[in-house]
Amino acid sequence: MGETITFWVLAVVSVGAALGMVFNRKAVYSALMLGTVMLCLAVMYAVQDAPFLAAVQIIVYTGAVMMLFLFVLMLVGVDSTDSLVETLKGQRIWAAIAGLGFAALIVLAVGNVVFAEPAGLAAATAQGGYIRSIALLLFTKYVFAFEATSALLITAALGAMVLAHRERLTEKVTQKDLSRARFLSDQPSPLPGPGTYAGGNAIDMPARLPDGTVAESSVNRYIARFDVEQGRLPEDPALAEAIKHSAEEESK
Amino acid sequence: MTTQYLILSGLLFAIGAMGVLIRRNAIVVFMCVELMLNACNLAFVTFARQVGNLEGQIIAFFVMVVAAAEVVVGLAIIVTIFRTRRSASVDDANLLKY
Repeated sequence: MGETITFWVLAVVSVGAALGMVFNRKAVYSALMLGTVMLCLAVMYAVQDAPFLAAVQIIVYTGAVMMLFLFVLMLVGVDSTDSLVETLKGQRIWAAIAGLGFAALIVLAVGNVVFAEPAGLAAATAQGGYIRSIALLLFTKYVFAFEATSALLITAALGAMVLAHRERLTEKVTQKDLSRARFLSDQPSPLPGPGTYAGGNAIDMPARLPDGTVAESSVNRYIARFDVEQGRLPEDPALAEAIKHSAEEESK
Repeated sequence: MTTQYLILSGLLFAIGAMGVLIRRNAIVVFMCVELMLNACNLAFVTFARQVGNLEGQIIAFFVMVVAAAEVVVGLAIIVTIFRTRRSASVDDANLLKY
């Protein structure tokens, strides 16, 4: 009875999370949903007499693999949402139909099979308990597969290092170089701050120089581009001209 | 209970396959592949208990190890492609198309 309740709670949660993973627009939410599915499956392994696999599932999948996914999402940029352009016409609809058909096929095929009562692992783990039985199989019958996996893991680690490595093509820029470049340029001092509180109370207002002219280098170009796109320009024509000009500089 | 577990495994596999076909973001496609591998593991563990044999669990363990190695290399490839093409969409990597 307890297993039935556990199963139905976890089944509903995991199928819902899996659907959420597929249909969520944001990749980070998809990753969290996948983590939910993996945790549900870990509990199911524990219920089904596989505590070793439950621990491995949590450590390897939710611990290592999901962290890797999240790190790569950070590297690639979380805002990289899906494009809505369909390269193949009607691909999404046909993919959904194929998925539903596949699910119906499996549900009907498996649902018609009548299984006997599960044999249980009591007989298989009679000699020395569960962990020792697993170890016995792993280090005798499957020892070559086990060694091959170790070679595979080393190859994967090396491959990842080779693929993600980037050669430094130019010399590293030191603080001395940066300082020299700054003093050789036209402006050794920092750029003037924005005109907050001088002519307005927003950070997108350009500052004014002592003679009353507008200091165009005080405008933040990103904010200027946003202002031009939104049409939020100040009434003073000189200030508006400065913002427009730096927005053009930004979009070059 | 075996039937219910197997149906759940099949449903998760079908959802994962549908996600691979529908989504364009390479990382999400990869997550869907992981979901399919997990669904297969559930079937392995279920059958291990059904027939009273530990070998299903051993196979599931190997699947997990291979999946971990595959994720490492696959994500490194995605990062490399993103570095050169500034995109993680599977539609943008089409230099070998024609």
